[in-house]
Amino acid sequence: MRFGIAVFPGTWSDRDCAHAVKLDGHEAVELWHKDRDLHGVDCVILPGGFSYGDYLRTGAVARFAPLMDSVQEFAAGGGLVWGICNGFQVLCEAHMLPGALVRNGSLQFRCEPSWLRVESTDTAYTGALRSGQVLQIPVSHGEGRFVADAATLDLLEEQRRVVFRYVAPDGGAVGEASPNGSLRDIAGIVSEGRNVLGMMPHPERACEQLLGSADGMELIRSVAASLSRTASFA
Amino acid sequence: MIYAVEVAVTLKPVVNDPQGLVVRDGLRQLGFSQVRSARVGKVIALELEASSDGEARAAVVEMCEKLLRNPVIEDFHIESLVAGAEVG
Repeated sequence: MRFGIAVFPGTWSDRDCAHAVKLDGHEAVELWHKDRDLHGVDCVILPGGFSYGDYLRTGAVARFAPLMDSVQEFAAGGGLVWGICNGFQVLCEAHMLPGALVRNGSLQFRCEPSWLRVESTDTAYTGALRSGQVLQIPVSHGEGRFVADAATLDLLEEQRRVVFRYVAPDGGAVGEASPNGSLRDIAGIVSEGRNVLGMMPHPERACEQLLGSADGMELIRSVAASLSRTASFA
Repeated sequence: MIYAVEVAVTLKPVVNDPQGLVVRDGLRQLGFSQVRSARVGKVIALELEASSDGEARAAVVEMCEKLLRNPVIEDFHIESLVAGAEVG
């Protein structure tokens, strides 16, 4: 599979993402923010970092990059677009996902392990996982508190678009240990078409046991399996 | 004509503002016990060309809708709009 990895000025997790997808035997193609060409990739990753310095608001400027026009078109055609951390913030600012990500409730930048419960396996990103499975994947952000109005949150729940929720290591409610205070402990959501995923935690940093967890690799494997199924039907 | 415009961008009242809570508590600790609440926003100062107040105002509103505020979490308010300002 070919994974495209967007590089904006200030992106910092592009190399980690490339390393992770290569570990699973895939090709990583860097997509420069000024280009419009997606080089025929199967999935676009918008990685973590501080695109354009995160000036004004996180992700607010990245959405005007020429590359984002192509990414929006790709997503509109059903292409897989996977926003991680800053990538999730960019997707919200680009109105490709609902809600917004604001300053953590603690006001602290949190860089630590987090535990996620898989809430929906009906996405390309979680097809190889079990519903209710708990993954250990780190967070690293200062502005990751997901907020949206109650109607939007209800709609997300109803359409089973909440894909990951922060939980305690044993799978129980996270409570005060939430890394950011997200409403309803939301850590990741998908678009209505289920092809665009935004998540604050960094699966690419949990792809080797040496780093404490290889749970993130399950997401990459899910994407690859989903893409190969699509390809075999084409 | 050059207009000087100041736009305040603030979190919507329903959005929790932890920064504002820290400011409120800090003020209370300094003895300002009368402080009931504090919310933190930002002011964006613009200089722009327009031929009338109405045109300047309309342009700024459009800028807010497209970039300066995130409608999911923020409100905006034009604090001042002054014609004939000196260009710095």
